[in-house]
Order: sequence, then C-alpha cells, then structure tokens
Amino acid sequence: MTEIKKEATPEQLLYANILEKGMLVGLGLMFLTFALYVFGIMKPVVPTNEIANYWNMPVHDYLVAINTNFLHGDSLPTGWTWLKLISRGDFLNFIPIVILSGVTILCYIVIIPGLFARKDTAMGVIASITALILILAASGILATGGH
Amino acid sequence: MVKTVVAKLTGISMAWSMLAMLPALALASEGAAPVPGTVADGTAWWVWPVVLLVVTFIMGIIAVLGGVGGGVLFVPIISGFFPFHLDFVRGAGLLVALSGALAAGPGLLKANLASLRLALPVALIASTMAIVGAMVGLALPTHIVQLALGGTILGIVAIMLTAKKSAVPDVPHADNLSSALRITGIYYEPSSKQDINWKIHRTIPGLFTFIIIGFMAGMFGLGAGWANVPVLNLMMGAPLKISVATSKFLLSITDTSAAWIYLNQGCVIPMLVVPSLIGIMLGSLVGVRILKVAKPTFIRWMVIGILAFAGLKAMHKGLSVMGIL
Repeated sequence: MTEIKKEATPEQLLYANILEKGMLVGLGLMFLTFALYVFGIMKPVVPTNEIANYWNMPVHDYLVAINTNFLHGDSLPTGWTWLKLISRGDFLNFIPIVILSGVTILCYIVIIPGLFARKDTAMGVIASITALILILAASGILATGGH
Repeated sequence: MVKTVVAKLTGISMAWSMLAMLPALALASEGAAPVPGTVADGTAWWVWPVVLLVVTFIMGIIAVLGGVGGGVLFVPIISGFFPFHLDFVRGAGLLVALSGALAAGPGLLKANLASLRLALPVALIASTMAIVGAMVGLALPTHIVQLALGGTILGIVAIMLTAKKSAVPDVPHADNLSSALRITGIYYEPSSKQDINWKIHRTIPGLFTFIIIGFMAGMFGLGAGWANVPVLNLMMGAPLKISVATSKFLLSITDTSAAWIYLNQGCVIPMLVVPSLIGIMLGSLVGVRILKVAKPTFIRWMVIGILAFAGLKAMHKGLSVMGIL
C-alpha cells in the first residue's frame, strides 16, 4: 500500500514544470510573432487588408480560395504544410500555437518512464495510450470529409 | 466599502456594456453576410479584430466573476454576433480554453489541488472522444452544428441553474477500479483547518460520462468545465476544490487533442486567435483583481442570461438555414 501524501507526486511536479515552461514560451512567442505579422514586418500569405474576405467562409472554401489566390500549391494548406510557409507573417503564428498545443504531449512522454520505474504500471499504460492518441491527432493523419 | 462599490459598479458596467454590444454586433455580423471573395461590408480589416479584442477582454472579466470558463462564453457569443465562420470560431474557442487551462494547470498541479492520478484515466476517454467530436463536427453541415450548439448552450444554462455542489461529498468506500488505480489524495482545507483525505467512487459510470463530455467539447470547441465539475464532484465524489482544479487541468489535455484536429484541418486564422487569447487573458487578470475586492453574484445571472440569448441565437441561425424559421 503506497502512503498517501499531501504533496504532489514527482510525476505531477515534473508534468507541472514542463507545462509551465511550454506555456510561457508559447505565449511569449505568440506576442512576438503576432507583432511581426500585424505590423507588416513579415509579409503574410493573405494580405491583412484582404483577410476579412475569407474568414466568413467554411474552412474548405477558405483553403481553396487562399490556395487559388495566393499559394498556387498542388494541395490545400492543411496538416503540417504551414511549416513550409513560416517565412510568411500569418503562418509564422502557427509556431506558438503548435507549442501551446504540443506541450501536453511532451509532458506525457516525460512522465511515462517514471511511472513504469515506480511500478505504477496501470497509470503508465494509460499515459502511454493517451500520448499515442495525442500524437496521432497531431500527426495530421486523421482527416475529415469537410462540409 | 468604497472599493466594494467601485468593484460592483465596474462589474455592472462591464456586463452591461457587453450585453449592450450584442445587438449591434448581431446587426453588423448579419450585414457582413458571407460573400466569398469580396469585401463584405467595406469595414477596415482591423475593425473586427479590435472589436474581438475588446469583447474578449470583457468576456474574460465576466468569465472570472461568473465562475465559468472563457471557452463556453466564446463560441456561442463570437459565432452568434461576429462575421467569422463557425469553423474558425470553434478552432479559436478551443485554443482560448486550452490557453486558460495551460495558464492555470501548473499552479494547480504544484499545489496538489489538481490530481494527475484522477485526470489521467479521465483524460484518456475525454481526449479520444474530443478527437471524434472534432472530426464529426467538421464533417457535419454548419447549420446542423449551429443548431446542436444552440441546444447544448441551453442545456448548459439548465445545468448552471440546477446543478448543486458538494464541498466534500460522502464517499463511504472507494470502488475497485479507483482503488486499483490509487486515485486518492489529501489536501488542506483552510476553512475547516484540517486535512481532507479524499477518494472517489462510481468510477466506471463517471468515465462513461466523459465519452459524451469529450465528444461535445471537440464538436463545439467549448471548454468542458461546466460538465467536468458536476461529474467529478457529484457523480464520482471528488471534493469540490479537487474537482474544479482537476477539471481546469483536464481541459489542457482534452482541448489539446481536439485543437490538433482543427489546426490540421486549417481552422486556425491567427488574426482571430491571437486577439482572442490576449483579450481573454487580460480580461481574466482584471477579473481576478475585481474578484478579490467583491464577488458580484448577479454577474452569474448575467452570464446565464447572455448564454441563453446566445444559445437561442445559434438555434435561430440553424433553423433559419433549414427554412424552419
């Protein structure tokens, strides 16, 4: 029988510390990248004065429109395509958004070895499956039919 | 005394200014009806992001004072009264809820109020179903999602009106599953000046409920604190403080999974997301300061009123497209 403690477990503290750092980095970068975008320091794919023409469209129509009008790519800019476009102000903002969305996955990956090392097998398995599911979601493999 | 009055007046003015803006925004958003490829209404491009920043700032204050998450206010209000398509509003809503959870999560975990052991099994179910919900929500026609969103928001209003809370629920025996997973803990309760030794029961029905909660969170881009807390507290028997803190932390996992689906499908426009995040964050900071001085309980009624209005508006939009209204 494991003793119950008032203090957080080592895994919980480790998780909290990584989450905190990821959150601070993500939010800090968000201010920076948005400033580069909105003040025109980095040229965006969709000019800021034209963005209002697109944000009222369903996502599929929006992607087709920006691809036709600006990107001229072979496929729509979904999944990790943004990586090829980070030199442009609007897509540069995906970096902090991805950090904020991805830090939880990192937290899971980091605590898993400790859970198994402490023979906390059930929680280790649960954390491993969840991490795999989150990685699957992040991979871009899961696609929808669209509207 | 003066501080209390000032805080109350600030709360009232914030709530009323938001309420007063809604009809104007509704007219403006309808005036900016979707006309693909053309400038909608001649408005300068920066106007809507600035209005979004102001509204989300007020929303952040009201969310704190009303005791609700930013996500649950964001999606119905922004989709109902702004010209942005629901796909982008849901994507932004998830990121708003995610950022709030990321900001609060580390402190709650370190204080051992959010329980990682309680969150891990729940997160497995909720995050998996949030992915399914996000995929279904993006595949369905917009008016169907809008209609369902309206119904869900009205359901949340009903929960807010009726749900009870239990500071420390009576849990005579931990069930077998929670015992096997060692989901238990101790926290110090300052009001009674004693350590509370907590455990949970009804783990399996609770986990099944998170199938629905996760699905809805992903489908509508809502944070799910409104549902997490009653299930963790009333159904599974976790103390209220542990339930609220674990729910907030849980959103960082549930919303992460759904956010990736929206992100990978292209439903993220930085010009919407960043002002929303900044507005909600700054508003929350101001809200916390006001909350320290006074807790205007009427704001909760105001939140219920705003949500009911936004829920009816979403249903009206959905039914109009179907030709029923």
